[in-house]
Amino acid sequence: MPQLRYIEDPITLELNASLCNGCGLCLDVCPRACFAMEAKRARIVDRGTCLECGACALNCRPGAITVEAGVGCAAAIIKGWITGSEPSCDCG
Amino acid sequence: MTRDQGIDSMSENSCCGPAAAPTPPAASCCGPATESAAPAASCCGPAAEPAASAASCCCGPAKATREPEKAAGTSACCGASPRRADYTYGPAPYVIGEVQTPAGPVPRLSTELTRSDRLGAWQMRWGIGRDDYRVRPGLYAIGDPDAKSPVLVTANYKLTVDALRSALAGLDAWVLVVDTVGINVWCAAGKGTFSAEEVARVVEASRLSEVVEHHRLVLPQLAAPGVAAHRVKEACGFRVVYGPIRAADIPRFLDAGMKVDAEMRTVSFDFGERLVLAPAELNYLWDRRLLLAYAGVIAASGIDRDGISLRRGLRRGLPVIGAAGLAVLAGGGITPLLLPWLPGRAFSLKGATAGAGVALATDAVLRGRLTPAARLTLLAGVPALASYVAMNFTGSSTITSPSGVQQEMRRALPLQMTGAAVAVGGWLASRLGR
Repeated sequence: MPQLRYIEDPITLELNASLCNGCGLCLDVCPRACFAMEAKRARIVDRGTCLECGACALNCRPGAITVEAGVGCAAAIIKGWITGSEPSCDCG
Repeated sequence: MTRDQGIDSMSENSCCGPAAAPTPPAASCCGPATESAAPAASCCGPAAEPAASAASCCCGPAKATREPEKAAGTSACCGASPRRADYTYGPAPYVIGEVQTPAGPVPRLSTELTRSDRLGAWQMRWGIGRDDYRVRPGLYAIGDPDAKSPVLVTANYKLTVDALRSALAGLDAWVLVVDTVGINVWCAAGKGTFSAEEVARVVEASRLSEVVEHHRLVLPQLAAPGVAAHRVKEACGFRVVYGPIRAADIPRFLDAGMKVDAEMRTVSFDFGERLVLAPAELNYLWDRRLLLAYAGVIAASGIDRDGISLRRGLRRGLPVIGAAGLAVLAGGGITPLLLPWLPGRAFSLKGATAGAGVALATDAVLRGRLTPAARLTLLAGVPALASYVAMNFTGSSTITSPSGVQQEMRRALPLQMTGAAVAVGGWLASRLGR
């Protein structure tokens, strides 16, 4: 079965390796295996598969990771466009 | 354009916890944290926000809702402080007895799923009553845990708790259920209701530090978009260990000394996982806006220069409604199932392809019996609507990013609208032709 991957170009995940403290928590929390450790620093090995869930950035204490986290959900984004607010699924 | 609240709770199996909760937090939660004697000091009855499904989910965190005050807003308290006598756990069929602890009795969870649990799961998958399927937050026991046993933290969507407790058969552990207002782990984390503050609140409320001697919480990995591990430590002194994504991997995780392997760390979206999500997508069939459109089509079909006739309305209108049904089936059923094999990355393209396939097949079956205008309606309208429905499946998937969804929407929406306009034009033309 072909591996499921989504649109990759606009992914906003960035890592500033100079701020990384090597804790490795980003590897623990990433559900898409975007990161790897290399010489005691995290490195992005697969940016294109990122879901922009924001888990890595939130758990990165030194703030080395940035990502425009949000909901990957069309209904939520349409709602955000209409109401002019942050996209949020109101399925809940 | 957007689905309204009522529809959402049914068709959106995916996403996300309550945002700036449409229904105010009044009912959800409560209970004096610190002074309560019993572990589940927390909650009162269920609030009324719709829930999402367990495995599915989309939704990364919306920045706005991640703010602590918002999170607190949804999990905070109702007025009345329940007295200790109110802290009964029952009747909850999945609670079997109690375990005595220094912090008082703690209810024990059954690790077996009964027929009513399975019936409930089936209902959730079809979107029936999904806005209120929750477990009382607080501390629970699995087996006969002691002060050294691991503490597994989870959300209070009942499907989530069912998945966890049934995976823990034969183990001794503590389960700490936080109040996510009945939303699954990932979506609640995305919404900010599964937050460091909420975890700390339930840790305090359940007097967990009197029950266990270690200071370690195992959180589901998918709680991480809402929980900053260091904030939990600061707030309640417990250290967070991120466990596996799937509850089924927990026994292996515990056996390995709380080590997670790469496979446990990554989300999957296999055929079975997509299959359980499809029924909720098909709820589009009775989407209120579509029902209104059906009525409009029948009414408009029944009126012509010969007067008004319901029979003519049905005869001419039902094929259009049938086509809409085919489109929903293509976008919400076929597309999720055949996701990896449909061309392209964008869900809208995959849906349009499935819709085109269904439209062409229908055209072939009906060969000769459709007017050119009716064929135009079929061949433009079905792919357009299927594409739109499929695009909304992004919210249920585990592979989409908000940046990607926005990009595909900017490209697909104008095309979907064009297709819909052509379909309506074709339908009007076929009406005039009669």
